[in-house]
Amino acid sequence: MANYFSKIFGASPVGPIQEHMELCYEAAKELITFFDYVAQSDWDKVQDSRARIVQLENEADEIKKQVRSNLPKSMFMPVAREDLLELVLVQDRIPNRARDVSGLVIGRKMEIPVAMHDPFLKFVSRNVDAAKKARKTIRELDELYETGFRGAEAELVESLVDELDQIENDTDDMQAGLRAQLYAMEEDLPPIDVMFLYRVIEVMGDIGDMAERIGRRLEVMMAH
Amino acid sequence: MELMYVYIGLAALFGLFMAWGIGANDLANAMATSIGSGALTIKQALLVAAVFEFAGAVLAGGEVTSTIRKGMIDTATLVDQPDTLIFGMLAALLAAGVWLLIASRKGWPVSTTHSIVGAIVGFAVVGVGADAVQWAKVGTIAASWVVSPLIAGIIAYFTFTSIKWLILIRPDPLVRARRYAPMYIFIAVFLIVLMTLFKGLKHVGLELDTASCYAVAFCFALLIAIVGRWFIARIPIDEKANRRFHFYTVEKVFAVLMVITACSMAFAHGSNDVANAIGPVAAVISIAQEGVVGQQSAVSIWILILGGLGIVAGLATYGRKVIATVGSHITQLTPSRGFSAEVAAAFTIVFASSTGMPVSTTHTLVGAVLGVGMAKGISAINLGIVGRIFLSWVITIPAGAILAIIFFYILRAVLG
Repeated sequence: MANYFSKIFGASPVGPIQEHMELCYEAAKELITFFDYVAQSDWDKVQDSRARIVQLENEADEIKKQVRSNLPKSMFMPVAREDLLELVLVQDRIPNRARDVSGLVIGRKMEIPVAMHDPFLKFVSRNVDAAKKARKTIRELDELYETGFRGAEAELVESLVDELDQIENDTDDMQAGLRAQLYAMEEDLPPIDVMFLYRVIEVMGDIGDMAERIGRRLEVMMAH
Repeated sequence: MELMYVYIGLAALFGLFMAWGIGANDLANAMATSIGSGALTIKQALLVAAVFEFAGAVLAGGEVTSTIRKGMIDTATLVDQPDTLIFGMLAALLAAGVWLLIASRKGWPVSTTHSIVGAIVGFAVVGVGADAVQWAKVGTIAASWVVSPLIAGIIAYFTFTSIKWLILIRPDPLVRARRYAPMYIFIAVFLIVLMTLFKGLKHVGLELDTASCYAVAFCFALLIAIVGRWFIARIPIDEKANRRFHFYTVEKVFAVLMVITACSMAFAHGSNDVANAIGPVAAVISIAQEGVVGQQSAVSIWILILGGLGIVAGLATYGRKVIATVGSHITQLTPSRGFSAEVAAAFTIVFASSTGMPVSTTHTLVGAVLGVGMAKGISAINLGIVGRIFLSWVITIPAGAILAIIFFYILRAVLG
């Protein structure tokens, strides 16, 4: 027997959004392993790592669809529906970028110049830090709902978003440094490889950008 | 009145049938919130419901019973034909009971209040004449169906907002929850007891003056608040489930409050909905016994007890399953939210009962839930379903009326 009173409660999007973010972070984190093996030119292991990223990306996609289908227009929520949809979309770009960048590298069996190994791996790891901080803020989402996006909990999230911005600034600086380093080495490398290296750096840096945008979305929600 | 015992027997039977239906189905909405939030187990909820439904029916159900019994029809036109009123009331009972059964089977959102009012008005218009209906009173009742969810919504909004500002958004919500929770208990119990004392106790033969009412309500509320405080102080901090702000434990504090509101909800439901089943029974019995229409004697307490028993029977046989199902679907309503919604709904319903207004428990509760939603308390409310619940009375009133008219003619043909 159907009961209408219980049906007025829609499925809360909080759990699935948090679950989605966990997968997004896992996919980003896998890039550290991925580029470690790329640096060692261990292509079998690189392939395995890439498979894990693709797998995580697929799982994240499923949850993204589930969140979207649970947010019909008739839902009355404490935050704007558009903000939630945008949040999931931005989160979802993290595993997408992880898949893109790993695809680029595998497709051309790209070698990262030895001189760039160290700064590049640090750059990857800092972008993953940004994704991790974004996950930490998303882990506060249920508590934000509990408090109606106000007060001490909101201030805590604000401070997490500030830390997230700081990390993203680091990734921007590192990205500029890598570009400068690559520019100085350009002459000695095959031009097409150089083109693609620029592209890899750019797509990798997107992960930090997306993490920062997760923070922006939360700020918008708290500003309502 | 040679058929007196037949009439009384039929009235009691139909009344029990409808009370059983209310207990089996409608009551779930009032109780499930407390189960969904984990404040009560099913067994505890059944016990609370049985005791407080019964208490609500007996202590605070009299005014609404009077309204249903003799408030909507001008009995002056029926002085010469007591049989017509008896057939009408029996038909109304049967119509509302059958409609409730059909709607429950089909999963339609219906209100028992709306179906019984529709049924009585329907039979009166066709069986007696449109002039016999007290349209002013019926209009007031219809208005109360709009006003009651609105008032409950506003109270729920401010209750939840106060919880947010006093407790949830602070850096030390747990300390504050333990401090303020007994205050919420006191206010909730004080208001509900006060309203009951002002209007209700006439039927159990106890009359108190205004000062005594305040004094009794104050002492009672203080006692419950102290007991509540004792329980709240003993809630351990669950370190593993907690993060910085201890919201998990804060909600455990509100779970204690939800026990109080569960009792209040059952009491409110008993005070209002029992009358729906028992009002027509009371009408039939008094006419059949005395052979006259329009006497002014008060509702007999035994009839209220009959209604209470019927609801508890419905709860025991079928309501258990429904409550479990509904409860498992409303986990979103955590104790801080559930408390706000239930206390607002219970207050509104008991107030309506004390003024004799038959309102819908479910509609009032839905209004309260929306109020909490407006205060950003609930992560997702399906407005489509809310609209359908409120629109249901557009179908329920004519359905109750048409069924009542059909049953009226059948009963008159068979018994008259």
